[in-house]
Order: sequence, then structure tokens, then C-alpha cells
Amino acid sequence: MPKIKLAESTVKIIKDVCARFNNSEGELINVLHTVQHKLGYLPAEVQEVIAKELNTSVAKVYGVVTFYSYFSMIPKGEFPISICMGTACYVRGAEQVLSEFKRQLKVEVGESTSDGKFSLNCLRCVGACGLAPVVMIGEKVFGRVAPTQVKQIIAEYREGCSSEKAKSA
Amino acid sequence: MDTVQLIIDNKPIVVKKGITILEAAASAGIHIPTLCHMKLEDLNIENKPGGCRICVVEVKGRRNLAPACCTEVADGMEINSHSIRVINARQTVLELILSDHPADCLICAKSGKCDLQDLAHNMGIREIHYKGEQSTYREDTSPAIIRDVDKCIMCRRCEMMCNEVQTVGVLSAINRGFTAVVAPAFEMNLDHSVCTYCGQCVAVCPTGALTEVDQTSHVIKALSDPTKTVVVQTAPAVRAALGEMFGMEPGTLVTGKLVAALRRLGFDYVFDTDFAADLTIMEEGTELLNRLTRFLNGDKDVNLPILTSCCPAWVKFFEHQFPQLKDIPSTARSPQQMFGSIAKSYFAEKMKISREDLVVVSIMPCVAKKYECGRDEFKVNGNPDVDYAITTRELAGLITLANINFNRLPDEEFDLPLGESSGAGVIFGTTGGVIEAAVRTAYELHTKKPLPRIDFTELRGMDGIRQATIDFGGFPLNIGIAHGLGNARRLLEKIESGESEFHAIEIMSCPGGCIGGGGQPYHHGDVEVLKKRQKAIYREDSMKKIRKSHENPYIIQLYEEYLGKPMSEKAHHLLHTAYFDRT
Ligand code: SF4
Ligand code: SF4
Ligand code: SF4
Ligand code: FES
Repeated sequence: MPKIKLAESTVKIIKDVCARFNNSEGELINVLHTVQHKLGYLPAEVQEVIAKELNTSVAKVYGVVTFYSYFSMIPKGEFPISICMGTACYVRGAEQVLSEFKRQLKVEVGESTSDGKFSLNCLRCVGACGLAPVVMIGEKVFGRVAPTQVKQIIAEYREGCSSEKAKSA
Repeated sequence: MDTVQLIIDNKPIVVKKGITILEAAASAGIHIPTLCHMKLEDLNIENKPGGCRICVVEVKGRRNLAPACCTEVADGMEINSHSIRVINARQTVLELILSDHPADCLICAKSGKCDLQDLAHNMGIREIHYKGEQSTYREDTSPAIIRDVDKCIMCRRCEMMCNEVQTVGVLSAINRGFTAVVAPAFEMNLDHSVCTYCGQCVAVCPTGALTEVDQTSHVIKALSDPTKTVVVQTAPAVRAALGEMFGMEPGTLVTGKLVAALRRLGFDYVFDTDFAADLTIMEEGTELLNRLTRFLNGDKDVNLPILTSCCPAWVKFFEHQFPQLKDIPSTARSPQQMFGSIAKSYFAEKMKISREDLVVVSIMPCVAKKYECGRDEFKVNGNPDVDYAITTRELAGLITLANINFNRLPDEEFDLPLGESSGAGVIFGTTGGVIEAAVRTAYELHTKKPLPRIDFTELRGMDGIRQATIDFGGFPLNIGIAHGLGNARRLLEKIESGESEFHAIEIMSCPGGCIGGGGQPYHHGDVEVLKKRQKAIYREDSMKKIRKSHENPYIIQLYEEYLGKPMSEKAHHLLHTAYFDRT
């Protein structure tokens, strides 16, 4: 893993969050949640600072980060794609939809495309079971997604951003 | 004392309130099988995640089976520890575990000593009804430990050892569900982590997921090479445990048989690390006295307390975690390394053997020693002072391989000159022993008077942190002892905050000291085994003619013929070392 050096200001943000939770190891999940909210993701260097502040081991912090799919170690793509893996969606073929996204984007779950456009994640039930299988891209919800539609959806976002660029140019 | 009454397997018993069903059953002589649970009484070590469910029992009036290892007894409980329902449940659980476990038993390093294999045998598993995908993970090899996570059953004993007991924090459960494994942060390999190679994770792992790097094949190769002279040294703790590998009672001393076995294996000279332990005392004891004298003469800059440095896992621990304290430990090398250095200089010169033609093998209770002998400071032109360090367990493997009937071997004596030792050298094998050995010598050198007594019982025991004050001819010498790195950390924090009044501190990484080392026969969670080994060590000491390191005639000869005085320039060059900041 390439090391990145955290900016002073980032370190300060992390330390402040830890302090807000009294630097208590028991608050690890809350700390991670808040830090991810502020920084967008939790790379190794961030976890190291948190471990130090909460006086716990980096392995433990990493253990929690990898336990909850909510936490991410890589920056989210411009268009974060989340696929619901709740029971209803799963039964209706969410897995095939997921593998199609993986195939089209050439990324694994938890990764981003090299151009930083898309990131791929799984979610537990989002409560839209009527629309199963459900895919979310950013805030937008797509219902009853079939694997055959995946290519089209991705293309729309790709074009969308190039046309927007064209507009702003 | 509050008690509760209960019935277990139709047997009414009265037990202490607050204990678990598992403990209550054990007190009535009823064995309930366990897998994830492990408790080392007196050492405050317990793993109780309640995860594996092998220990379930039927409690009358309860709908669900209860895990015995983490269910408290209650008054009037009626327990059945082996009803058909219980047996079915255990078999199911075990089959599920085995369905995601490679069936490698025939060629697994842990075969014959594996708790999982034992369970499968005892539970009569002949078929696994649940077939499914098996999780796979890369194998991670370090200088001392191999992680083969495919064999991990997620009991998390290693995690508890590494975090709670050792406070090193390398291992943690990561991911969830099928992909869950125990791994270092960011899934880096052990040799990139702050792992100390103490091997306590290996000592408690019930399966073959964590094992030591096996070097027996290298040793066999060296032994069969006619151009090499192969010498062997055996650490003190080995003689108090090796017998267990051949069915003997824990605590049986097998020193003489050990020597005989090594000779049968073909080692040219069978020497003793205890000799080097005596040498360590000469150097470390002198260093202590030097620092003490400066302190008494009002030198404010002197580094006190002095910390022992014979445990390589402890050395690596402070190099990573307390680099700011790296000038405090004694600079004396460990007995293993002192031996290697003297063997490849003094002994090699005496015998007119070139360093390259001399192979030094050590038999150690330890896995960290494998890492230690590979450190660059302990090599001369790339040639290591100690070529191979194998564990007590590996030695037992070699003895079996060579078809030696260990139990019927005669008692034989170590070779000279590097095989003679004092009782002080022997007690290095247990917590408290190094400092007691140092006191025996330093006292006489300091006061110029004979010791009024040789046994310092106030330094002995199993408490994690101990302290005692010894009258050093009018000067009260405050001594601290810690075993287990978590206890060491607690002591170090006291030194850092300036609360410590200690002048000398002994630290051993493994609970119990080397008798509880990561390379010893598996204790399977039975702390009595460690206590018996400890007793054996003190027994060996009390039977020795010479009890003090500075009275070992071959140590005296070594200084006269070769080294000059303790801490002389030559001694410095051959017997001392430096420490590095590894942060
Ligand atoms: S050898 Fe010791 S420090 Fe290393 S992982 Fe095992 S328990 Fe932790
Ligand atoms: S590596 Fe061994 S001790 Fe650690 S969780 Fe796995 S089976 Fe248990
Ligand atoms: S206490 Fe002994 S066995 Fe354990 S790591 Fe240290 S030297 Fe090795
Ligand atoms: S031994 Fe009791 S749950 Fe594992």
C-alpha cells in the first residue's frame, strides 16, 4: 500500500473527533463514522492516527473498518454505486446485477475505477424492497434493475459527465 | 463464601457462586469439551468469546442449549453434559467447522497435537455432511512464524494473547462472515508488522493455523555434511519440558537424556546455553554494578533501572514501542547469542576450525530465537553466530525421526568447556531466574562477602509483576520483575513517568518466562504444566554443585584465557550489542 502523508489539518480533524469522544476506545465505531463523514474515507494513515489517539492497536481499528461494509478505505468515486444485498434484493438477483457492474467497471466491491468516476459497494437492506433489486448511484435510486440494463446505466453517467463538462466549457 | 447447589449428570454438587458450568463440571471430574475457550488460572489469561459452541450442555427448563464456558452456575440448576441432544449439537457444530477446514491432517505440522483433530476424533466424526466452498488465504511466512489462515477456526485465542496479554496488538479479527480471518492491520505480513515473535499466539492456537518455521531439515543437512563440525546448545527451559513430548509427567527433568539424544543425533559437541547464561551474568552483573557505583557516587546521568536483555521478543518490543528507552536495557547479548559468538571465536580457535566450517545449532523453548539469530548484528561477514534455532517441539520431532527411544536413553553429561554451568544459569529458564542469578553474583562482587543465602525466594513466583528489595551490603536494591509483555509495558510506563524506584528489572515476554515459551510442548491451557516446569528448574538449580555464575570454573578460564575481564574491549566486541529504533 503506498503511504500517503496526511496534512497537518487532516490530522487535526481526526484528533478533534477523537477528543470529542473522550479518546475512548469504546467509541471507536462513532469515531470512525464521524471521521469518514468528514474525510470521505478511511485510508491506512487515518486509521493509524485514530488507533494512537484511542490507545488501541491499528489491527483492531482495521478489524472494525473491514467488519462494517459501511466503512471504506478508498475514496468514493464521483458516482458511488451501492447495490442492496438485503434478502429481497438478493432473492431477485442482486448478485447477478453486482457481478455485471464488476465486469463492466473492472473493479471489485470496495474499489473505485482508475479514473475515479465510479466506486462500487454493497449495502444491507435500504428499505425499498418493493423495488428489488435496488441500485443506488449517489442519491438516485434505480428499481427492478436487470443485469442487461447495467451497461446502459453506466453509459448514461459517463456521457452525463462529459456533456456537463462540454456545457461548462 | 457464597455457594450454589446444582446437579450435573445426576451428581449433586456444591460450588462457588459465580463460576461457569465448565468450571463446576471440572471440579466434579466431568470433562466438557471446549475449543475456543482457554483459561490460564493464576496468570489472568482467559479467552471466552463463546463463539464455537462445542461446549454446549443441556440445562433443564431452558429451551436452548447453553455454552458451558460462558454460562454461570445458578442454584438448583440441573445439567446434562452428554445427552443425545448435546452430542448431536456438538457434532453438527464440529462438522460445520470442519466443512471450512482443509483436511490436511496427514501432513499438517500440528498433527497429533491439534485440539481440532482431537475433538474430531473424540466426537467420532467420520463424515462431513456439509459440503461447501472453503475460504482460502495466502500463506504468510516470517523469520519465525508461519500463518496458514486456511486452518484458522476463529477461536481468537491468538488475538487475545497478542492484544490483552502481550499488548502488542498485531493480530485482530478482520472482515466478516465467510471471509473473516485473523490478520495484522491492512493484512500486511507479520514481518512488516510490530510482531515480536514471542510466539504466544502459536502457543495457544488450537490448530495448525499458526506454527513455527520448521528448520529441522537444515539441521539434518548440516549433521550429514562431513565437512562441518556441528555443535549444539540447549536452553535451560528445554530440559524441564522435553519429556512431555515423550509421555512423561510435566516437570520431569530430562537433562541427561537430552544430552544423550543430541549425541545420538550426531552433534559433534553437546554444549549448554546455561554456560552462556553464566557468561551473561558476568557481563550483565558487572554492568549493573558499574551503573550502581556511578549512581552511588552521585552521577545523575546514569541509566537506572537496568533492564535485562536476554529475551529477543522483549528487545523487539521495546525497539518498536519504547525506542526512547533504548539506552536503559543492558547491552549484554542474550545467552543464545553469547554462546554462538564464543563458539565461533574462542572455541573455533581452540579447536582450529574455521568459522565457516562450524555450525551452531540451538535448541530453544522459543520461536523469537529464530528471528534473533538472523539479526545482522549477530553475523560476521554474513556468517551467523548461531546458524539454526529449533524449538523444543522440533527437537522432539528430530528424535522421533531418528528412531531414538528417548525414554530408555541413559543420562549423559554435557561436553566441556562450553557445557559446564552453575545453578544460576539453569534458573534463566523461569521468570525471576535471571535477576536472581544476577543478584547472586553482583552481591558477592559488590560486598566482597559470601552470600548469607543462595535462594532468593522473594524473587520467585508466578505473579505477573513482582518486586522485592534486597539488602546489598547496606544499600537497598529495588528489583522489579515482569513476565508477559503487557506487564512489561506497565512497568515501562512507570519508568517513563518517573514513578519507578527500581534499580534493576527483569523482563521476559512469555508468561512464566521461557518455561512457557512459544516453542515448548503445548500446554493446552493447563497452567499446572507451567508451574511444574518452574519447580523442575529450581530443583535442578538446588542439585547443582556450583550455584553462582562467577564460580563456574570454565567461565573463569574463558576470562583468563581469552576475554580478560567482564566488559573488557574484547568482551564488548563479542558479547554486547546495540538496539535500534524501529518506529
Ligand atoms: S508472536 Fe507475539 S507479538 Fe507476534 S503476533 Fe504472535 S502474540 Fe503477537
Ligand atoms: S489463528 Fe489459531 S488461535 Fe488464532 S483465531 Fe485462528 S485458530 Fe484461533
Ligand atoms: S521469554 Fe523466553 S521463550 Fe519467551 S520469547 Fe523470551 S526468550 Fe523466548
Ligand atoms: S468453548 Fe465454549 S463456546 Fe467455544
